[in-house]
Amino acid sequence: MPHDDHDHHHEHSHEHGGQPYRHPFQRDHDADPASPYEVLEQAIRELLIEKGILTSEEIYAQVDLMDSRSPALGAKVVARAWVDPAFKDRLLANTRAALAELGIDIGSLADFRVVENTADVHNVIVCTLCSCYPKMLLGIPPAWYKSLAYRSRVVVDPRGVLREFGLELPDHVEVRVHDSTADLRYFVLPRRPEGTEGWSEEQLASIVTRDCMIGTAVPVEPATSAAAE
Amino acid sequence: MSAPAPRFRIGDVVRVDSRMALGHCRTPFFLRGKTGVIVGIQGAFHDPEKLAYHKPGLPRQVLYKVRFKQSDLWPNYRGKPHDHLEADIYEHWLMRISAEARSDSHAA
Repeated sequence: MPHDDHDHHHEHSHEHGGQPYRHPFQRDHDADPASPYEVLEQAIRELLIEKGILTSEEIYAQVDLMDSRSPALGAKVVARAWVDPAFKDRLLANTRAALAELGIDIGSLADFRVVENTADVHNVIVCTLCSCYPKMLLGIPPAWYKSLAYRSRVVVDPRGVLREFGLELPDHVEVRVHDSTADLRYFVLPRRPEGTEGWSEEQLASIVTRDCMIGTAVPVEPATSAAAE
Repeated sequence: MSAPAPRFRIGDVVRVDSRMALGHCRTPFFLRGKTGVIVGIQGAFHDPEKLAYHKPGLPRQVLYKVRFKQSDLWPNYRGKPHDHLEADIYEHWLMRISAEARSDSHAA
């Protein structure tokens, strides 16, 4: 409902550094004083609510939606692609529709593309311009993904950066860096490790980490994986 | 609203324009002036350079997946000659160099 219909009093809270908050909200952390960007975000959020463009409820709903996404969702998709070649084909051809088959709605803000690792190609994802990331599948990105160091170095020296992650690629394998410059979000479909024949989808999903889907890691062989028990 | 027809085809060799753009744009500086090959046509999207300033973003721009040889991007590239970088570039930043990819270096 429009904000103007609220009959609450606009009481000002002064508990955080004396800044008045007209609408109650949860702070993620207790940094005090708030950074200039936090103050800017607060001001814009307050204005959007005041003008009836968004409601507090809509903002909370979006925060809840983002919090519901985690790398476990992506791992489930990868495991399904490993056990079901027809699903994998659909995932590569029309990612949005294939994810919808699993009940995953990626929203309308950006479309998704899957890049498949093979015996000859290893893919790694970056956004050099900002921090574009397949959030609707992997959740909130790790801090390093958004760091200037990763964003600038992985395009210049991908093999060196991957080595720092503990991933040494054979010389014959092509390293293919994908810079998410525009309206598409990328995620990596890693290779299924040898020795996982007969594993259930749940077992397979357990070895697919977030970094495997960014491309800075590969699923660990069952010999050294806890999932191999 | 009909989608604009792509001017380029998969396999076309293109160069990214090296112009300076004022304001917001999605063409990284490190790719400006560089030559690559179209490997995908991603569809038509609202123009981010207009969207950023509250314009409708029309006409929509066709977005291409462009593949660059890493050794073409960085003179002292420390990886392997068969390493590549791919980026999504809007049509109004691309110029066709030739209609055929160099088959030796850009094979998928």
